[in-house]
Amino acid sequence: MDRFLADLLRVLTFDAGFNTSVVMLGSAALGCAAGAAGTFAMLRGRTLVSDAVAHATLPGIAGAFLVAALIGRQPREAGWLMGGAAIAAFLSLAAIEWLGRRPKVGPDTATAAVLACGFGLGLALMSLVQTLTVGRQAGLETLLFGSAAGMLPGEAYAMAALAALVLLVIGAVLKELSAVAFDPDFALTAGLPVARLDALVALVCAVVVVAALPIAGFVLAVALVVIPPAAARFWSDRAGIVVSIAAAIGAVSAFSGAALSAVLSDTPTGPAIVLVAAAIFTMSLLFGRARGLVAGRA
Amino acid sequence: MLARTPPDAMPVAARTHVRDRLVVEGLSVSYRGVPALIDVTWSAPATGLTAIVGPNGAGKSTLIKAILGLVPSTGRITVGGRPFDEARDITAYVPQRASVDWDFPATALDVVLQGMVRETGWFRAYGKARRDRALSLLDRVGLADLSGRQIGQMSGGQQQRVFLARGLARDARILFLDEPLAGVDAASERIILDVFDALERDGRLVICVHHDLGTVAERFRDVLVLNKKVIAAGPTGEAFTPQVLARAYGVPLAV
Amino acid sequence: MAEFWTVDFVPLTAASLAALACALVGNLLILTRRAMAADALSHSVVPGVVVAVALTGLTGSVVVLAGGLVAAFAASGLVAFLTRVGRVEPGAALGIVFTSFFAFGILMLEWTGLSHTGFDIHHVVTGYLEGLIWVTGDGGENLSLFQKLATLPQVVTELALVLVLVSAILFAFRKELALLAFDPVFARATGLPVGLLEAALLTATALACTAAFKSVGVVLAVAMIVCPPATARLLTTRLSQQFALSAVIALGSVLVGYVAAVAGPGLFGSPLALNAAGTIGATAGLALVAAAALRARA
Repeated sequence: MDRFLADLLRVLTFDAGFNTSVVMLGSAALGCAAGAAGTFAMLRGRTLVSDAVAHATLPGIAGAFLVAALIGRQPREAGWLMGGAAIAAFLSLAAIEWLGRRPKVGPDTATAAVLACGFGLGLALMSLVQTLTVGRQAGLETLLFGSAAGMLPGEAYAMAALAALVLLVIGAVLKELSAVAFDPDFALTAGLPVARLDALVALVCAVVVVAALPIAGFVLAVALVVIPPAAARFWSDRAGIVVSIAAAIGAVSAFSGAALSAVLSDTPTGPAIVLVAAAIFTMSLLFGRARGLVAGRA
Repeated sequence: MLARTPPDAMPVAARTHVRDRLVVEGLSVSYRGVPALIDVTWSAPATGLTAIVGPNGAGKSTLIKAILGLVPSTGRITVGGRPFDEARDITAYVPQRASVDWDFPATALDVVLQGMVRETGWFRAYGKARRDRALSLLDRVGLADLSGRQIGQMSGGQQQRVFLARGLARDARILFLDEPLAGVDAASERIILDVFDALERDGRLVICVHHDLGTVAERFRDVLVLNKKVIAAGPTGEAFTPQVLARAYGVPLAV
Repeated sequence: MAEFWTVDFVPLTAASLAALACALVGNLLILTRRAMAADALSHSVVPGVVVAVALTGLTGSVVVLAGGLVAAFAASGLVAFLTRVGRVEPGAALGIVFTSFFAFGILMLEWTGLSHTGFDIHHVVTGYLEGLIWVTGDGGENLSLFQKLATLPQVVTELALVLVLVSAILFAFRKELALLAFDPVFARATGLPVGLLEAALLTATALACTAAFKSVGVVLAVAMIVCPPATARLLTTRLSQQFALSAVIALGSVLVGYVAAVAGPGLFGSPLALNAAGTIGATAGLALVAAAALRARA
C-alpha cells in the first residue's frame, strides 16, 4: 500500500518519466474536450451515437493497416491508423443517418446496427491483419480496452492537438450550440442551422472518440463523452456552466485514470478512467447543487 | 352503413350493475411539483354520453389517465363503492390516436384482438370465435373489408375506428375515450357517433374528452367542465352555460 | 471437409443457437426502440458472470446464467433509477451504467486472476468461435453416439437450453408482449401486469446475451438482436411473419458469414480463416442495408 501511494504520488507529480507525463497531460486535454463536446450531444439526446462511431472505427483502422502493410509503410508512425479511423467514423455517421431516416428502422436501431456490424467487419479484417504482418502489430488487444502506457509521445501530442482543436470549435459556436440545446424550435425560427449544428456536434464527438481510442479503447471510449456531462448536469442548470464543469470532470477522470493505470498492475487505462468518472458521477448525483438527490434545490 | 345500429342485446350482467356509479373524490395530480389536477370530486352519471371539456392544459386527459391508474394520483376512485382496480374489467380505454407507432407490424384485426387479451387468459391463443367477434366489431365500425390492412396504411378516421372497435371488444360498461373525434373525417365521425348512440341505448356510460365546444350540447347529455379544478358538472342544459365557460376559459365565450 | 465434425460443427451450431435466441428476442426490442438498450444490457451482464464465477469457483451454466441475470436486473434497475429519480437523459443513463458495469467486469477479471484461467475478456468482445473444438467429433469410433454427444463443449448445451427458455417465454406471453410493445398505455389500462411482462422480456434478453457472449461474443449478440429483426421488419407488416423471417435471416447470416470466414481467404489463395463472429455480424449488417436499399426503391 505504501509503495502504491508513493508510486501514485510520483506519477501525479510528473516524476515518473517524460513519456508518462506527456501521455497523462494528453489524456487530460482529451478528457476536457470530450466533456465539453459530450455536453451538447447529451442535451440533444444523442450520446450513444458516439458509442457506435467508436466501434465502427475498427474496420477503418484494420483497413489502413492492411493498405499500409501492402505498400510497405509503418502504419503507426505515419498517422495511417488515425486517418483510417477518421474515414470509418465519418462513414458510420453517414450510415446511421441513412438507415435511421427510414421510419421502420429509426435512429436507435440504426445506431446499434452500425455499432455491431461495423465492429464485426473490423474484427474480421483485424484477424487478417494479425496473421499477415511482421513487425509492429496493430495491437488489437490494447485497442480494445486502452493502454496509455503503450502510447508514443507523438501520439500523445496529436491527441492534445485534437483536443485543442475541438475546444476551439466549441468555443467559437458556444452561443449557438447552447441555443439549440435549450430550445431547438426557437433556434430554428431564429434562423440557426439546427441540422448543421447537430451534425457538427456529432462530428466533434466522433473526433474526440477516435482520438480517445488509444487510451480508453473501443468499448469504453464513449464513457468520456457520456459520464462527465451527465455528472456536470447535477451541478448547474445553465448550459455554459455545465460545459465548463463537464470539461473539468472529463480532464480529472482521464488524468487520474491514466495515472492509476500506470501505477497498478493488470489495470487497463479504459476501465480505470471509467471507474474514476463513475465515482465522480455518483458524488454529483448525490451532492450536486442543482439537481443532486441530497443537496439539490429541486 | 349510416343507418342507426339496432340496440344490441344488453348483457344481463351489465344491467344489474347500473347502480355501480363511478365516483372520484379529492383527486389531485401533479407533474414535477406543478399541479395538473386539484381536488377533483365528481360523480359520473350512471349511463349515457358525458363530455369532459376545458381549455388546453386543463387536465382533461390527465383526469381519464388518473382514473385508470395510468398516472400517479392522490384521492379516491371507486365504482359502486369498490376500489377502481376491482372494477377494471368493466371498463375500456380508447387512448389518443397519436400515442402509438403506426409502422408497427399489426393489422386492424390484430389491434381489435388486443382488446380481448384479458378475457382470453394467459398462454392461450385468441382462437376462431374471438377472431370472428373481432371481425364483426370491425364491421360495426364500417371496416369489415380492411381487417387485414396494416394500421399505418389507414386514414386517421379509420385508425380511430379501429381503436374504438378495440375498446368495444372489452364489452365494457364504462368507456373512456380521449379525443375520439379529433381530426377524423365526416364519415368516420358519423359512424363513431352512431356507435355512441347505440352504447347509450344499451345503458352504458361513455366518457369522452372533447375539444369542440360547439357540438357539446347536441351530442352529450352530461358534461364535466374542468380547468385543473371542477368548474361545473351535470346535465348539459344546466352545467354548460356561458357563465361556466367564462370561468373555465377565463374569457367570455359565445356558445 | 474431412474435419467438419471436429472443427466446424460446434462453431456453426453454437453460432446458430445464439443467433436464433438473440434474433427472436430482438424482434420485440427493436419494435420498442430498445436496440441500444440491448447493447448496453449485453455489456452489463459481463460483471455478473465474472463475480458469480469468482464467488462460487464454478463455471457451470446455472452459475453463469444466474450471474448474468442478476447483473441485467441490477443494470436495468439502475438505468430506471437514474432516468426517473436522477432525471438523467435516457441515452446517457444507458452509457453510464453499461460502461461502469463493463469496466468493473474487466477489472474484476484482471484482479481476481480469472483472466489467466481461460476466461479471456478479449474473447468476450471479439467472440471466439474458432476455439470451440469437438475433440471426438470425427474420431472416437469406439464411442456410442450418446457418449459422443456427451463430449460436446458446454456452450452447446448451454445455448440450446437458453434458446428453449427464450422461445418458451416469448411464446407463452406472445399476445401480451405484442400488445405491450404496440401500446403500453392500453396494456396497463386493460389490467395487464406490465411490470411482470417487462421482467419476462428482460429475463429473455439477459439469458440470450449471457449465453451468447462467452461463445460468439458481445458484439455478435448485439448484431443478431438488431439486424435480422430490423431486416425482417422492412420486409413484412405482420408480427408473426417478422418473427419467422428474422429467424431465417439469422440462420442465413450465420451460414454465409461462417463460410466466408473459413473459405473466403482461400479464394485468394490464403490458408487463413477470418474471425467468424465478425464475418457473421457483417453479413447480417449487409442484409439490413440491402433490405433498406430495396425498400427505398420499392
